[in-house]
Amino acid sequence: MWERVKTFASEFFVTGDPLIYGADVSIVITILGIVIGLTYFNKWGWLWREWLTTVDHKKIGIMYILAAFIMLFRGGVDALLMRAQLAAPEMNLLPPDHYNQIFTTHGVIMILFMAMPFMFGLFNVMVPLQIGARDVAYPFLNALSFWLFFSGAMLFNLSFVIGGSPDAGWLAYPPYSGIMHNPGVGQDFYIWGIQISGIGSLMTGINFIVTILKMRAPGMKLMKMPMFPWSVLSSCIAIIFSFPILTATLALLFLDRYAGAHFFTLDGGGNPMMYINLIWMWGHPEVYIIVLPAFGIFSEIVSTFAKKKLFGYKSMVYAMMIISILSFLVWAHHFFTMGSGADVNAFFALTTMLIAIPTGVKVFNWLFTMFRGKITFETPMLWTMGFIPCFIVGGLTGVLLSVAPADFQFHNSYFLVAHFHQVIIGGVVFGYFAGLYYWWPKLFGFKLNERIGKWAFWFWNIGFYLCFMPQYALGLMGMTRRVVTYGWDKGWWEMNLVSTIGAGLMGIAFLFQVWQIVYSVKHLRKDETGDPWNGRTLEWSIPSPAPVYNFATLPHVTSQDEWWEEKQRRLQGHPAPAPVKIEPIHMPKNSGIPIVMSMFWFFTGFGFIFDWLWLAIPGLVGVAACMLVHSFNYDTDYYIPVEEIKRTESAIRGVTS
Amino acid sequence: MAQLHDSGLTGHQVSHTEHHDHPDMEEMRTFGFWIYLMTDVIIFGTLFAVYIVLQGNTNGGPGPKDLFQMGGIIASTFILLTSSYTSGLAVLAMHKGNKKALLGWLGATVLLGATFIIMEINEFTHLVHEGATISTSAFLSAFFTLVGTHGLHVLLGLVWMIALMMQIAKRGITPVTKRKVNVISLFWHFLDVVWIFVFTIVYLMGVS
Amino acid sequence: MKLPKARRWFASLSMLLILLLTATGCTEKMIILNPKGPIAEQQRDLMLTSLLLTCIVIVPVLILFAIIVWRYRDRKGRTSKYTPNWEHSTKLEVIWWGIPIIIITILAVITVKYTYALEPSKPLASEEKPLTIQVTSLDWKWLFQYPEQGIATINYIQIPEDVPIRFEITADSPMNSFWIPQLGGQMYAMSGMAMTLHLQADEQGDFWGSGANFTGKDFAKMYFDVKSTSKEAFNTWVSEVKASSPALTLDGYKKLVEPAASDVRTFSAFPEGLFEMTVTKYASSHNHGLSWKDIQKIDKQE
Repeated sequence: MWERVKTFASEFFVTGDPLIYGADVSIVITILGIVIGLTYFNKWGWLWREWLTTVDHKKIGIMYILAAFIMLFRGGVDALLMRAQLAAPEMNLLPPDHYNQIFTTHGVIMILFMAMPFMFGLFNVMVPLQIGARDVAYPFLNALSFWLFFSGAMLFNLSFVIGGSPDAGWLAYPPYSGIMHNPGVGQDFYIWGIQISGIGSLMTGINFIVTILKMRAPGMKLMKMPMFPWSVLSSCIAIIFSFPILTATLALLFLDRYAGAHFFTLDGGGNPMMYINLIWMWGHPEVYIIVLPAFGIFSEIVSTFAKKKLFGYKSMVYAMMIISILSFLVWAHHFFTMGSGADVNAFFALTTMLIAIPTGVKVFNWLFTMFRGKITFETPMLWTMGFIPCFIVGGLTGVLLSVAPADFQFHNSYFLVAHFHQVIIGGVVFGYFAGLYYWWPKLFGFKLNERIGKWAFWFWNIGFYLCFMPQYALGLMGMTRRVVTYGWDKGWWEMNLVSTIGAGLMGIAFLFQVWQIVYSVKHLRKDETGDPWNGRTLEWSIPSPAPVYNFATLPHVTSQDEWWEEKQRRLQGHPAPAPVKIEPIHMPKNSGIPIVMSMFWFFTGFGFIFDWLWLAIPGLVGVAACMLVHSFNYDTDYYIPVEEIKRTESAIRGVTS
Repeated sequence: MAQLHDSGLTGHQVSHTEHHDHPDMEEMRTFGFWIYLMTDVIIFGTLFAVYIVLQGNTNGGPGPKDLFQMGGIIASTFILLTSSYTSGLAVLAMHKGNKKALLGWLGATVLLGATFIIMEINEFTHLVHEGATISTSAFLSAFFTLVGTHGLHVLLGLVWMIALMMQIAKRGITPVTKRKVNVISLFWHFLDVVWIFVFTIVYLMGVS
Repeated sequence: MKLPKARRWFASLSMLLILLLTATGCTEKMIILNPKGPIAEQQRDLMLTSLLLTCIVIVPVLILFAIIVWRYRDRKGRTSKYTPNWEHSTKLEVIWWGIPIIIITILAVITVKYTYALEPSKPLASEEKPLTIQVTSLDWKWLFQYPEQGIATINYIQIPEDVPIRFEITADSPMNSFWIPQLGGQMYAMSGMAMTLHLQADEQGDFWGSGANFTGKDFAKMYFDVKSTSKEAFNTWVSEVKASSPALTLDGYKKLVEPAASDVRTFSAFPEGLFEMTVTKYASSHNHGLSWKDIQKIDKQE
């Protein structure tokens, strides 16, 4: 019996690597710490009531961002390990198996479990406030989306210590990801982790489309909406058209591995090329999904810190919508070298180049928003300043890659690696940081320390260029991506060493950011104004942090920069609009179903990964039961009485109003 | 400025009547369901595309002509079409406020849907007994997945419809149950349309 | 005002960068910019042309960015204009929808022209009769067969200079990509298909190639040497291999397919039709040739 337990455990847990034992220990310690802390301070009830069952979009957004930060740490450690392994030729820090797992998890985590939740977090905290709504269209669904993402992410990360991580790259091309070449459970963790969180992403997409189309404050026509909700809308449109393709594709890959189907296998008539097409039909829109909201954030910030109206509002809107549509017509540029023939390659090269046009227009509009402005350089603006040149250069190399015949030389090389990191870090990560710094005071009621923020900014930027500029050169030297090591004869070591140093600087920059948050909490200086940046849009018209119902009375919107105009009117001596009579506010009730249902999904996924039907089937039954319980529950909302609103308002606004 | 202020006032008055009690909540949920249906269209679209690519890859195994027995398929097609009709009648009865008729027609829809599912399960077991399983060939993988996904949708619809009938029996016809009936009949018509595509592309074009 | 100074800075910085690159021998190491064959040469030219074209927009924009940010920063005693409500100018917007459209159109025309000109399956114009090399990606090594010469090699190709080479590429492993950077762009190696790629070396020399698409554990050991020699030297090499190397048998091939990295090896002969068999054993997905099951049956009968 004991022997059987031992064999099982040695297969179930990942063994034999000191790094992983270290991870095991730290995971156990962290969990113990959290459990003991919560019990000691008697906070379980608080945690359950205030966070785990909440349907408040602001709290859900904060949880998304927190999870994204943890995932940024995990993905960043992966990146540093890779760079350490590549720092010098013939290094043996990581054996090939481990290296392959790490580049796979790095990619998956950074795109799906870092960028996506960071983005959803920003959607959640800001879209309702910017459009003058009290919540999203479907608050219950919103909580469910978050918990589905969370259990998917946990499932995926679990593979590091249980069963083994996936090792087939972030898009898991078959036949390598098929059961024939990849018999372990790692690839199943990949499928179920992404599948479960992907369903959450899809629902968030639907949720925000409806929120933006149906819940805007009275008077806010679409063309008077701030730019961030516009970018969210264009991103969500891409989500609802692309994520179903991912769901279907992963399901087919799972059937191949689990039920012996022949969709993408080499035998039985399967077609691996079809997978590559399908996954990029999702994968390409996916990168635009994450970058479009960043464009929205930059638009808000540029206009706020240049103290000037956004230049070319309509152009900006059209540009984003065009990008959103074009993103579905370019997928084959990821495999020009598949030999699809000149006609196909020419078509996809052209559509890819077309995207450069609306993107270029956006850059011009940001520049001319600053033109004749009065620019100040607080941290959100600083990140925007870092973004513009970085993204311009990344866009340039993107156009170079789109030239199909030249791509035969760039493809799969470090030139490509450098390009997509430049647009994703320079565009997406810088954008979300900018957004986080910008909206932090609205979320928590205090600003982050500017001085440490500037250190973090400069470390990120210098580190970025040191890390990725040499990689363009490495690509031109013929270094291909995903190689675990290289020889002295290739002459790649100098550039690799520089690149590793750059990665280290970015790691330090992350520590600065953590320190910045800790420091700012410790030396907390409350922002009493609710409008610390002299903002332009509705979120700055209410106190920070926003009360649970956001707006005591719904604002009436007459212009794009409603709050800015309102402040101008007051400056000119017009009286503030007469206070509107406060009425009871209709709000959704908290629910424990989302987190419980997501736990059942987790069990289902885990059961299918290990082929334990005794776990998977009860899991599915639990999911169905949760749905039914929710369907039969008609007691889902309540009213906040006028008295309570008045009390809250006078408490947060002080005596002045 | 004065004009601005005026419009502001009227705006507030409008907002009072509009946002007094969220009368548009149920309409918004129906709207969201339409968007969900769009995403489902894309899932089915992907599966259809996969089927079309793989349908010739029989790997030396049986092809559509060897396997499909059109008699049963045509019968189940008619059953599903009829169930779509009865679900439409249910919505009509609901608009007339006739709770009994509503429950009756929903019940008829459930029965027809269940018959459809039983016939599909029969067909699948028959195929498996003949040695045509999901792992026989790429064609059969795509076939079972596409048709099976549709079947799974119908099955979910059935469970949902029964749950809804219980809610109507308890609560009667309210704005909430009304919206739920509208949404499920939308879902049911959608599955019907998908089935017509399955019938045409998989079965009719397969045997011709 | 500040412009001349900024320009001087920019000029000296870029000079410094170029100096640094050449001094460290970086440009020489960038083998893709140092092509040795007609295909790689045209691809390099295309890269530089497109770089130049995009720079027509990018460089002025970067400079404009620097100027705007500098000039319109908020500071005491600022004299530059401030127009908080200026938000639209049809003329300006037409300009910056227009300029990228023009540049992209030019680039598009060039790209389409070259996409057809450099289509990898198109034979190269040459008076010489092309030499065929059949390439098979294995876990984790490359098998090269010379059907006309009747020899085979592992992880090593020798080719005569100035003779077009017709590579026929397949895989008996997960998808890989066959790439010799100094001769030209890569092509996927996929099971069940034989892709063609035409390359040529214009001079003698030692180059190298690699597998460019991840295939698993020892993927990083899939480099191979490419030696371009005179025709005479090539023929001598062929006869040497024929005389001194062992033959590759079907059993030997089955051993080769087993996952492992390999050193350079040469074979004086290979089983007839080995390449075709490798391709067709997976080809049932494309409705021609034998299916996997037929191959298994043949295997059992053997």
